[in-house]
Amino acid sequence: MRVNFTVNGRPQEADDVWEGESLLYVLRERLGLPGSKNACEQGECGSCTVRLDGVPVCSCLVAAGQVEGREVVTVEGLADYAKQRAEGGCATGACGTSLQNAQQWEAKGDSHTGEGTELSPIQQAFIDAGAVQCGFCTPGLLVAADEMLERNPTPTDADIREALSGNLCRCTGYEKIMDAVRLAAARQGEAV
Amino acid sequence: MSSPNGTPTKITQGSQTKGGIGESTLRPDGTLKVTGEFAYSSDMWHEDMLWGQILRSTVAHAEIVSIDTSEALATPGVYAVLTYDDLPTDVKNYGLEIQDTPVLAHGKVRHHGEPVAIVAADHPETARRAAAKIKVDYRELPVITDEASATAPDAILVHENRDDHHAGHVPHPNIVHRQPIVRGDVAEARKRADVIVEGEYTFGMQDQAFLGPESGLAVPEEDGGVHLYIATQWLHSDLRQIAPVLGLPEDKVRMTLSGVGGAFGGREDLSMQIHACLLALRTGKPVKIVYNRFESFFGHVHRHPAKLYYEHGATKDGKLTHMKCRIVLDGGAYASASPAVVGNASSLSVGPYVIDDVDIEAIALYTNNPPCGAMRGFGAVQACFAYEAQMDKLAKRLGMDPVEFRQLNAMEQGTLMPTGQPVDSPAPVAELLRRVKAMPMPPERQWESSEGADLRELPGGLSNTTHGEGVVRGVGYAVGIKNVGFSEGFDDYSTAKVRMEVVGGEPVVTVHTAMAEVGQGGVTVHAQIARTELGVTQVTINPADTRVGSAGSTSASRQTYVTGGAVKNACELVREKVLEIGRRKFGSYHPAWATAELLLEGGKVVTDGGEVLGDLADVLEDEVVEVEEEWRHRPTEPFDLRTGQGNGHVQYSFAAHRAVVEVDTELGLVKVIELACAQDVGKALNPLSVLGQIQGGTVQGLGVAVMEEIIVDPKTAKVKNPSFTDYLIPTILDTPTIPVDVLELADEYAPYGLRGIGEAPTLSSTPAVLAAIRNATGLELNRTPVRPEHLTGTSLSEA
Repeated sequence: MRVNFTVNGRPQEADDVWEGESLLYVLRERLGLPGSKNACEQGECGSCTVRLDGVPVCSCLVAAGQVEGREVVTVEGLADYAKQRAEGGCATGACGTSLQNAQQWEAKGDSHTGEGTELSPIQQAFIDAGAVQCGFCTPGLLVAADEMLERNPTPTDADIREALSGNLCRCTGYEKIMDAVRLAAARQGEAV
Repeated sequence: MSSPNGTPTKITQGSQTKGGIGESTLRPDGTLKVTGEFAYSSDMWHEDMLWGQILRSTVAHAEIVSIDTSEALATPGVYAVLTYDDLPTDVKNYGLEIQDTPVLAHGKVRHHGEPVAIVAADHPETARRAAAKIKVDYRELPVITDEASATAPDAILVHENRDDHHAGHVPHPNIVHRQPIVRGDVAEARKRADVIVEGEYTFGMQDQAFLGPESGLAVPEEDGGVHLYIATQWLHSDLRQIAPVLGLPEDKVRMTLSGVGGAFGGREDLSMQIHACLLALRTGKPVKIVYNRFESFFGHVHRHPAKLYYEHGATKDGKLTHMKCRIVLDGGAYASASPAVVGNASSLSVGPYVIDDVDIEAIALYTNNPPCGAMRGFGAVQACFAYEAQMDKLAKRLGMDPVEFRQLNAMEQGTLMPTGQPVDSPAPVAELLRRVKAMPMPPERQWESSEGADLRELPGGLSNTTHGEGVVRGVGYAVGIKNVGFSEGFDDYSTAKVRMEVVGGEPVVTVHTAMAEVGQGGVTVHAQIARTELGVTQVTINPADTRVGSAGSTSASRQTYVTGGAVKNACELVREKVLEIGRRKFGSYHPAWATAELLLEGGKVVTDGGEVLGDLADVLEDEVVEVEEEWRHRPTEPFDLRTGQGNGHVQYSFAAHRAVVEVDTELGLVKVIELACAQDVGKALNPLSVLGQIQGGTVQGLGVAVMEEIIVDPKTAKVKNPSFTDYLIPTILDTPTIPVDVLELADEYAPYGLRGIGEAPTLSSTPAVLAAIRNATGLELNRTPVRPEHLTGTSLSEA
């Protein structure tokens, strides 16, 4: 089957999709967007978290056909998404992105170093706080944490733990992830 | 063939980057990892690639009567189906130490989930469905599941006709390796004991549960070889095992480290490496294999479950008199790292205490349970759980404070290990306990607020099982000792290639090693070492591959020590060559070139007095200085097979924990409120990363204290919970705050005085949590993990 949907503001068309394929598979293997991860493929680990019409979901549990005509934001589009939100643009992604903007996430900065890449506040905070080790949980956590901060700009520790309880991390013991979310919230507060 | 998408590239930290050793420099791969651009092995992609799938045994122990692949082969989209009969050479087994693991089952399967056949197809689902069409006729055999069944007089041998180097000294062919350690005179020392405490302890089977599944891409090459992009802990060890099975010389098997999503020991053994290469060579197409989580539980070894029998004695004034122990590790169907785990369990079984009279035995069994091997802590974890329970029992019997009792018996620098080896660097065991005890306690009844109880802070959480009724607090302490580096005479070297040149008027350094970056931050540290030693800011880290010499394994807390040591050493050799060039060019202009101690700092050659002699850019001009060199730590020696004596270890690492828990005693639910840690790290090369290692290791210890266990059916030896739905690892809600106190007492034998740090926090975390639960409930609790039924007295099994 053919699936048409919007990813990070850009219309996408996936052909020859087998009905049993997940959104995660289509993103990773058909659209060249492997940022969303495949740690369990059963909805337990959160490493594949994306936003579907603004709502965080495990993309491994979404059948590809279910996203027909809908809006998906992945970790690859997170920086643009956060930037638009900060600029007072469309926070849900539902009002689309210009083609020029949408293409920005593809090739920013130096592809060998990542230096110079424009990051969202939560991405920068994960780096600064040491919340990234192996990094496999990171994309899903970033999408989930960004969504929480959008809803709740001044979370308590208990709020953070509750919001991120669907995202497993095996390296960090979560302490630096807590630090990163607190840091992003604090920076967000200063910027307002 | 062309390079696949996701081929690792070099990573450069540019000239704005600060940070030599001792600074919390940020990860060079951090930006790539937060943008989703960092390519893990499962992200590799090649045009026209096929997907590989493994068919695994559905039973634990059986003869294979027949395999029929015809229907699978006839499936549209299927390119190849291979079984044992298709293996190209006489080498059909692999293994880390003992080559007992079949690439594909030959006539027999020895554990649930053993690979039997492999399929390549143009879609992963096609491959899965084709694999399901392979008909395997099994004739089931009785299963060996524990020591009694393994060593019974009529026991079936898991491996017949053993000819490995342990076969000659084990008391039974179903025992992989046995290591006794005898020192002093236990019978005589026992007479001095005023109290004697015995215990029998059970340690459940833990899974590494790294998040990045086993995966990789094998690309056939025009010269008949293959290029494997892979997530592993040790490229050269993989290569040594892969090449003979493929019938290729090692230089025709190119290995490149792809992004690794955690390891924790679970990637020491091969998983899909040979299978992907076989399918790629057979089909002439790139083949990608990615396990799903279910398969991952079968695709790597686990932490050895263990039974531990301990006896300790002490005088009434609290001095330990003697210790006897017997540690039985279940190695499962194949040897993996079992022999080395036995060596660790036995030599570290006393813990960080002074006991002169000991009688120790550790064995690993061959059974039909899942194979067990390396996991963070490696044999020391199981022993620490048991000896720390014993310390609490002894303190209780003597009416002493458990921390003071430990401090009274704590090892220090100069103490002899049970192997007779002196501990020749700082061993601040009593001090770590003092520090962790001195940390402020978390507030009582922290769940109370003006709006009533915050359920999220209580055992059971939002399940709304209590508002504080029946909740009891407990506090527990533990301390442990872990060896660093490969032991028992292993040639544990690493190799580093370091290059210095001037680019755009700026001196820059490139570091190339085969070290597996699995998340620990070795790449960060290598760049920091290069900055410190060579006085540059811009450092490029080349992808790890087999075009440079072996770095050894990312295991045993060893990489910062050993590959860090190799990078430091190579940098020093580069510096000498640069200074030689400088002396040649400019020596006649300033006497200090010949007479002073010279350093490279801030892109310049300076004297140790701080006088600038010249710019590195002027010294080097267009010359390139490059050194590749192996580096070794102090040699070790094997343990005597009868007495266990020998200088077997390189270095030790110590951590102590204090756990504060709250237990809903009515429902048996545990909430860990805080898990404080104090650890000696020798020298924190990157303090931020050090904290990350300690906190991460602590939480893996928490996991096996209260939730993590692979359940194997004792009747069938089949795994009952191979999923993240049924095998629980701690979430952020299960995890407490983890305050850390880092001590830095240099080990004079190690680079910069550093100590390997990754494993020690995983040891003492578990027994500290258990001690806290015992403190809260008054229960004995001789097994881990603790489940609710063990706390409510409703358990049908051992509690």
